[in-house]
Amino acid sequence: MTDLLRVENLRVGFGDTEVVKGISFSLEAGRCLAIVGESGSGKSVTARTLVGLTGGRSQVTADTLEFDGRDLRGLRDRQWRDIRGRDIGFILQDALVSLDQLRPIGKEINEALRLHRYGSREERRKRVLHLLDEVGIPEPLLRVRQLPHELSGGQRQRALIASAIALDPKLIIADEPTTALDVTVQARILHLLERIRDDGSALILISHDLAVVARMADEVAVMRYGEIVERGDAREVLSNPQHAYTRALLDAIPSTHSKGTRLSPGTPHVAPVVERAPRAADTPVLDARGLVKRYAGPDGQTRTVVDDVSFELRAGETLGVVGESGSGKTTTARIALALTEPDGGEVLLNGEPWTAVPEKARRVRRREISVIYQDPLSSFDPRWSVEQILADALPPGVRDPRKRVGELLALVGLEGEHRARRPLQLSGGQRQRVAIARALAPDPSVIVCDEPVSALDVSIQAQVLDLLTDLQEQLGLSYLFISHDLGVIHHMSDRVLVLNEGKVVETGTADEVFFAPREPYTRALVAALPRLEPRAASGEPTPAQVVA
Amino acid sequence: MKTVALKVLGAIAVLWAAATFTFFVQAALPGDRATLILNQDSGQIIKRSDAELAPVNEKFGFDDPIYAQYVNYVAGLAQGDLGTSYRLKAPVTEIISEQIWPTIFLTIAALVAAWIKALALTLLTAKRGRIPSALGSGYETFTAALPHYWLGVILLVVFAIELQLFPVEGGSSLIGLVLPALTLGIPLAGFLGQVTRDEFEKVLDQPFVTSARARGMGDFGVRWRHALRHAVLPAITLSGWAIGALFSGAVIAEIIFARQGIGNILVTAANMRDIPLVSGIVMLVALIYVVANLLVDLAYRVVDPRIEVSS
Repeated sequence: MTDLLRVENLRVGFGDTEVVKGISFSLEAGRCLAIVGESGSGKSVTARTLVGLTGGRSQVTADTLEFDGRDLRGLRDRQWRDIRGRDIGFILQDALVSLDQLRPIGKEINEALRLHRYGSREERRKRVLHLLDEVGIPEPLLRVRQLPHELSGGQRQRALIASAIALDPKLIIADEPTTALDVTVQARILHLLERIRDDGSALILISHDLAVVARMADEVAVMRYGEIVERGDAREVLSNPQHAYTRALLDAIPSTHSKGTRLSPGTPHVAPVVERAPRAADTPVLDARGLVKRYAGPDGQTRTVVDDVSFELRAGETLGVVGESGSGKTTTARIALALTEPDGGEVLLNGEPWTAVPEKARRVRRREISVIYQDPLSSFDPRWSVEQILADALPPGVRDPRKRVGELLALVGLEGEHRARRPLQLSGGQRQRVAIARALAPDPSVIVCDEPVSALDVSIQAQVLDLLTDLQEQLGLSYLFISHDLGVIHHMSDRVLVLNEGKVVETGTADEVFFAPREPYTRALVAALPRLEPRAASGEPTPAQVVA
Repeated sequence: MKTVALKVLGAIAVLWAAATFTFFVQAALPGDRATLILNQDSGQIIKRSDAELAPVNEKFGFDDPIYAQYVNYVAGLAQGDLGTSYRLKAPVTEIISEQIWPTIFLTIAALVAAWIKALALTLLTAKRGRIPSALGSGYETFTAALPHYWLGVILLVVFAIELQLFPVEGGSSLIGLVLPALTLGIPLAGFLGQVTRDEFEKVLDQPFVTSARARGMGDFGVRWRHALRHAVLPAITLSGWAIGALFSGAVIAEIIFARQGIGNILVTAANMRDIPLVSGIVMLVALIYVVANLLVDLAYRVVDPRIEVSS
């Protein structure tokens, strides 16, 4: 079989910086190539090069850039426009921003047909309805007129896919198609993409998620700093990686078999372990009893977002809270932080009333509990330096703030040189370290971690998770750890609380919940998780069993 | 429907507040109102005797307690009666309704001219490389800063007197509307263009624009069919203010081009201290602001269907 796409020595530069440095790959029809890498690896730029959308100031060169027997080098814009949408479909991540918010989805799908002069108006209308049905959107006649925000996240992504496959393109490029989706929705979208590939289209999947890749790909190319460091059969690469970077990436993934191990080997414990007086072990640090929270929806009906949620968080323990979007996990966290008033039930902090007392009485005890958010950039004042951010978080009466800021920075593995930096001058991982240092500043007994690693690359995520584990050991902290990522939850948690639609579905030790889930919902959640089987310990190549 | 009812109630409250404010300002102004009226009629400035003042006080109800006068005034307003002009001795509503149309036409023409100019310039120059963008943006800043009076005189001298392309005195003809409308519209186009351009450039970086390009859409299609709709939203909001400002600012264009209109009436009335007429025009301007903002809300809903009227 001849290759549908052949790329040899592709280079893409912007000004003086080259972001894709001579990569080569090829792809046959009906096959899936995954390009894997962390942010800045050049994977998205590579994808855009294949549809000629790298922007005006880029220089693209290649020895071969051939699609379906046609040389793509030096095409004019007019020629590219004929190829885009008709021969090559392009799916971006996050349909909420990748579809025009002001237009009904039917119009967006129809646009692809209209631009390539497909049929008559009536034929196009029929085709749009057929496409919606094909990607699994129920009630196409109703949905076709709806705006993206009126659809669920999964339906939006399906609509976006429908607009990309409208003309049965021979090649489909999907750039992080399931990022930002819940795990069960992700599983269904991946299934849809698999079906499209099985119908004979070639698929290029751009992803940072190796577990997703393991499920989908026939071939894998691992990219770093604009180069492909390893390329080959997907099973071979994932089960028997040859390059150290691939191995590090695989090791960094928190999953059911990484528990108790360090995710980024070679990184030292950041500070020596100091023995501290154990906190009173018999009273839970956080004791939530029958929490209820209701909100009035836009239609005037009240929605119970947290419905009779109870849990205990013991000293030195991590309680993982897992659930899909809308499950009430963030509201639960806000109630625990006493930032949202519960409509029923109460939370005790270190054995004493917490949410039930007035804010004035709480203020002096606020230092006992702190929080780390998903996106530290939006929780920092961008004009403040790291020094100011940390000094501001110190409790009143600290005698030597400068010294204490130094200690905090050392705790999270940052240097004195970072003091004067502002948030935008830090990398994502450094920023999250500053956020952790800020949470530690008042010397709390509990830290609420709300999706603390969801915005990070897998290797950075690994370092941050390791850091949190070290700090817990060292300082005897308790974590209320919220995440949608089941791998992360299992890796971090002693016990797990599964939330669905505001209710506690199941609770138990991490192993119980993951290996012997009792409830159908938990079973479905765990089953939907794409995952990698453990690799052979030595260099012995065993084909990995990919569990879908 | 509930939101619409609320908006109408809000509009009534605004008008009532404007009426109350103008009434009490008028009552609190120094000088006896009856003396003022008599002096205006005779063109003298002298002290009047009680015998002279009594019939005037009687006629306008100046002797009544202030709250009674206020109730009277508001009751009149509710029936569409704005009082009688001191100077012209005609009902204020009549004077306004005769003069309002030229000003409304001028306001609409200026607004349309401003929008066309702002949109054309944005579509042509925004994100078209560094030099066109900078030229477009610089031109907008320059025009936004132009004083109406100066611009009007320049347009008059160049296009009406020197080139004789347009009449010097506009009258009520359509061609006579062009220069006054441009006088008001060009600086406004600068403002509208700047907010539209900012938004336009932001929108062109959005992923949905990349999606559209990836479907095979060309640059013009992306601008015209996708980006523009998003980019006009802030300018629509700004237009609510702009309509009111154009209406009350029309006076400059009306004076330069010797047009009929509310602006001219207002200036004369203010100079002559014709208080009922001034109050009436202030009320009218408040009404224009209210109506303009209702229209803006409506337009916003058409362009951005995400905002739904909850029924």
